[in-house]
Amino acid sequence: MRSLSTRRRHPLAGAVVVLLGLCLLGGLYSVFAPRPAGADSATDALVEEGRQLFLVGCATCHGLNGEGVLTDRGDNYGPALVGVGAAAVDFQVGTGRMPLAQNSVQAPEKPVVYSPPEIEALAAYVASLGPGPAIPSEEYTTASTDEELIRLGGEFFRTNCTACHNSVGAGGALPDGRYAPSIEDVSGRYAYEAMLTGPGQMPVFSDDVMTPEDKLAIISYIASIRDEPDYGGNPLGGLGPVTEGAAAWIIGMGALVVASVWIGTQGVRAKK
Amino acid sequence: MTDQPHHGRDEPGHEPMPEPGNEDAVAQVTPRAGDPLPDPGIGTHVPRPSDVDPALERRAERQVSGLFGLATLLTLGFTVAYFAIPEDATLLNSSAMNLTLGVSLGGALLLIGIGAIQWAKKLMDDHEIVEMRHPSASSPEDRREALAALDVGAAESGFGRRTMIRNSLLGAMAALGLPAVVLLRDLGPLPGDAAEKTVWTKGMRVVNDVSGLALRPEEIELGQLVNAEPQIVFENDEGEPLEGAEKQAVKAKAAVIVVRIRPEDITPPEGRENWNVDGILCYSKICTHVGCPISLYEQQTYQVLCPCHQSTFDLADGGRVTFGPAHRSLPQLPLGVDDEGYLVALSDFPDIVGPSYPTMPQDR
Amino acid sequence: MSTFSGQTASSPDGNASSNGTPAASGAVDHGRDGHKPLQDTSVGKAAAGPVKWLDDRVGMAGLVRKNLRKVFPDHWSFMLGEIALWSFVVLLLSGVFLTLWFKPSMTEVVYTGSYAPLNGLEMSEAYASTLDITFEVRGGLLMRQIHHWSAMLFAISITVHMLRIFFTGAYRKPRELNWLVGVGLFLLALVNGFSGYSLPDDLLSGTGLRFVDGLIRSIPVVGLYLEFFIFGGEYPGELIIPRLFTVHVLLVPGLLVALITLHMLLLVYQKHTQWPGPGRTENNVVGYPMMPVYAAKAGGFFFVVFGVTALMGALVQINPIWKYGPYNPAEVTAGSQPDIYVGWVEGAVRIMPAWESQFFGLTWSWNVFIPAVLLLGSLFAVLAFYPFVEQWVTKDRREHHLLERPRNAPVRTGLGVGGIVFYGLLLIAGGNDIIATQFQLDIYAITWFMRIAVFAGPVIAFMVTKRICIGLQRTDRERVLHGYETGIIMRSPDGSYSERHAPLTPVQAYELTTQDRVAPAALPATTDANGVAAPHRGRSRLHSRASRFFGSDVIDKPTAQELEEAHAHGPDGDGAHALPPGDEEFTGVSETGIPKPH
Repeated sequence: MRSLSTRRRHPLAGAVVVLLGLCLLGGLYSVFAPRPAGADSATDALVEEGRQLFLVGCATCHGLNGEGVLTDRGDNYGPALVGVGAAAVDFQVGTGRMPLAQNSVQAPEKPVVYSPPEIEALAAYVASLGPGPAIPSEEYTTASTDEELIRLGGEFFRTNCTACHNSVGAGGALPDGRYAPSIEDVSGRYAYEAMLTGPGQMPVFSDDVMTPEDKLAIISYIASIRDEPDYGGNPLGGLGPVTEGAAAWIIGMGALVVASVWIGTQGVRAKK
Repeated sequence: MTDQPHHGRDEPGHEPMPEPGNEDAVAQVTPRAGDPLPDPGIGTHVPRPSDVDPALERRAERQVSGLFGLATLLTLGFTVAYFAIPEDATLLNSSAMNLTLGVSLGGALLLIGIGAIQWAKKLMDDHEIVEMRHPSASSPEDRREALAALDVGAAESGFGRRTMIRNSLLGAMAALGLPAVVLLRDLGPLPGDAAEKTVWTKGMRVVNDVSGLALRPEEIELGQLVNAEPQIVFENDEGEPLEGAEKQAVKAKAAVIVVRIRPEDITPPEGRENWNVDGILCYSKICTHVGCPISLYEQQTYQVLCPCHQSTFDLADGGRVTFGPAHRSLPQLPLGVDDEGYLVALSDFPDIVGPSYPTMPQDR
Repeated sequence: MSTFSGQTASSPDGNASSNGTPAASGAVDHGRDGHKPLQDTSVGKAAAGPVKWLDDRVGMAGLVRKNLRKVFPDHWSFMLGEIALWSFVVLLLSGVFLTLWFKPSMTEVVYTGSYAPLNGLEMSEAYASTLDITFEVRGGLLMRQIHHWSAMLFAISITVHMLRIFFTGAYRKPRELNWLVGVGLFLLALVNGFSGYSLPDDLLSGTGLRFVDGLIRSIPVVGLYLEFFIFGGEYPGELIIPRLFTVHVLLVPGLLVALITLHMLLLVYQKHTQWPGPGRTENNVVGYPMMPVYAAKAGGFFFVVFGVTALMGALVQINPIWKYGPYNPAEVTAGSQPDIYVGWVEGAVRIMPAWESQFFGLTWSWNVFIPAVLLLGSLFAVLAFYPFVEQWVTKDRREHHLLERPRNAPVRTGLGVGGIVFYGLLLIAGGNDIIATQFQLDIYAITWFMRIAVFAGPVIAFMVTKRICIGLQRTDRERVLHGYETGIIMRSPDGSYSERHAPLTPVQAYELTTQDRVAPAALPATTDANGVAAPHRGRSRLHSRASRFFGSDVIDKPTAQELEEAHAHGPDGDGAHALPPGDEEFTGVSETGIPKPH
């Protein structure tokens, strides 16, 4: 110990003290600082895996860091993904909409390309680009059979959803060839995420205005009408009076005209 | 008229026989002038197999009775099903009761019908019969007599001669039209200025429909759509929600949609620059074409489409019509924030909400 | 030559016993062996007393005598009107059932029935009672669906029946009045359909009611006042459903019953029309008697119509009101259309441009008024006036009881097909959003296409149809003159090819020459001998142009002389062996084109 104090006026003594202080501070910081999202080694690995997948399958349109790619005209080739959140990725990639196979009026649902662990990785990576909506918890995405909740969900559904998606969720037309897709078979999780993130032209229904309980009510209602039998018979696609009218003309009138022709024709004769 | 010797029904040369009630029936075979070919006449009747072969006749009989018998069984099945099937049972993903009742009833009716028609086609006599037509007009004699009777009756009534009676009677009859019209006055009230106003007033909160939740600007995200109502629907002056016809009437005019758009994309009409709150705009939900509610909102094109007749409005451009049969822009509600931070209306709609009508004030 | 029905002086002579009226039992039979007269059977004996009691008081034997064996001609297309008639009966039966449970009231109640997703919801009594009919009343859903399907079939079969009448010229004198009654029935069917599907007060029909509200508003000058009177105040009010109920179950059905009765009475008095053919003339009706054949066929057809409707009610779902929810003026569903029989009006409203003008201090909403009110009114006006316009053009004042084949009236048929194309395009335009989603098209593109197609389409259809009719007329003429083509090609010694024709049977040939000869349209003189201008020159010029248009390019049937010449020259015009005219037992030709012996 005497060796340290005999060198206290060494020209480098000041530098050593500063160095020690820095190391102490840095060490304290690394111990006590709050962990950033995904900062521990397990999520780090997930984010990194996601980044690798992203670079291969997504960066062409969405940019190397998810910053988006602009066309010459100034509109989006692929929009920026900073701030869209894990929920958006889970929805878009989980329903197969992304990666986009060809440019058309809107991204259609198609066979899913990535496996669930890969989707989780991609979601984690995009979430790391900036804060955004997270994947909802199962508490709010598992359809409930509580009658009052279903009734409330029906009211929300008819006020907010049927205008685009129709009363049974069979879908509807939008301008310029776009459409609101069928939601008859959508899972609770993707329904929630769609409401939360507003994919494509669908508007956003934020959790502050349409609370998670409200969203769960809607999900429960959709499940109940999906599981419900078609009491009256074949529902003709659930498209309403257009298909009903076609059925009346073709099936009803057709059968009766056939019957008329049968009544009016002479039967077999005894000799030719 | 006809002096034909009597032939058996199916023998050649036999004229179709007149029927009871058609004693004067005769088939005309004289050709019309200028026709290139003569009328070959009805021709001899060719019998059906069941007319000629008794075995086939019995088979047809059995077929028809079988159809009727099966129909009876189905009707009995209907009666059993009505009582036996539980109301909530399902069959083939449909209501079991509806399916079985309908198929049994429909089947029974159909089989009765088919049986009756088969009976007529296979077994009932199918010789063609001729019936003569008569001219549609009355005979000249009838016309003469009718006219004479009318003439005598009119003369005796003096209607034509006594002009004072005639005119006063006609006047009295015409006047009777008035009570018929006037009694309908109370069908409905006069509209007054009811169509020019809604319940929206300054300071009334904009709340989420169904839940009644008041809206804060920071809770509404870019691209969001809120289907909203005036707070009065959920909480009137006595703190009670509106009910019944009053609620329906208010919703039919005061329902609104709230959207958030990037402020730089908004082109407000003159004088409406501060009607939005940080890009949050409020428009009437009632289409100006025939009044259907609109909420097909596209968050990237800022267009809202009415599902009834496809009128399209651009919400970033003052609700201007961009396609479809609607003529007037979608009315905009001026938005502000109250001192608790909730979104409120700054006044009623200055434009007429809903479909146009002839006596609309023209400056709005 | 017309004869009077009823007794003639010469009838009860030697013909009476040979007429077949079984004066004495067992005297003559019509091929019905062992026939025992009705009055001698046990049923007849039992009924004799009551029947005599009735006849002593109302003297109905005269009517029975004339009408029981009334002759109706036989053709499948004559049954289309019956579909409408029997559908109406089904509507009455199922409708009465529904009225036993339906509550036509807009009072708000809370639903407490067995359909869980709506349990506890506030709704009108009308909607709640319809839910009860669907879920609580056994057979209620079936009856609702039967009622709605038969309403559709009623409106659709009226349309098809009307087209049949139009294309065969059955509306000509003396049946113009019946045509007008039919047009009235058509309008009433549409009104009752609309009022009926609005009664349950569900979201879909409520949206339709909102459209009608906007429609009433668009009526010039008085629109807003009419709206407040009809709805009893501001929309939606509390009175419209009860008022529509009265219209739907009392006023319109009353008018329908009255008009249908008139329609049938006129049919009975004027007798049914028939297709021309062997033995059929303007002065007779050839067919089968009402009793028993037509009673069985028509009665059976009633059961068939009822059965088909009931089967549809069992197997195909219609108007699932529980899915739409109660009417809420702030809610709407994608794919909102009215029932198909007014779908053409919906289409017209969708494709109409956004025209609205302001003058005289009033707003004129052409965008709603023209397609919804004017178009509807014009269609019925055109339908109502058509027989009279055609009569003015053709100046044909004769009675017509024989039908015309559509090909023999090319302009009429072309106009009819043009009308069908117009109606059909509007109908498709009414479903443009469903078509857009199902076929992945742009809804705006469909709208623009329809805006042009509804004008161009009917014109093109008219031209094409008229040419097809004229082509068919030409074919008929060729067949009469030269026989039918056998498909056997002959080569003559000098190397030319020709096809062997075989003659038609007399029946077939006659059937192709039953139409009226085409009368040449005479141009009226514009001035008389002294140079004085004819009065109504403009109108008569218009008339002559219309008359020429109506009869233009029509192919006339061959004259007797032309027929002789054709037969003399042989079918191929080369003097080859003329095939003798065939007879009824014509059995075809052999491979070398020689008629087979029989």
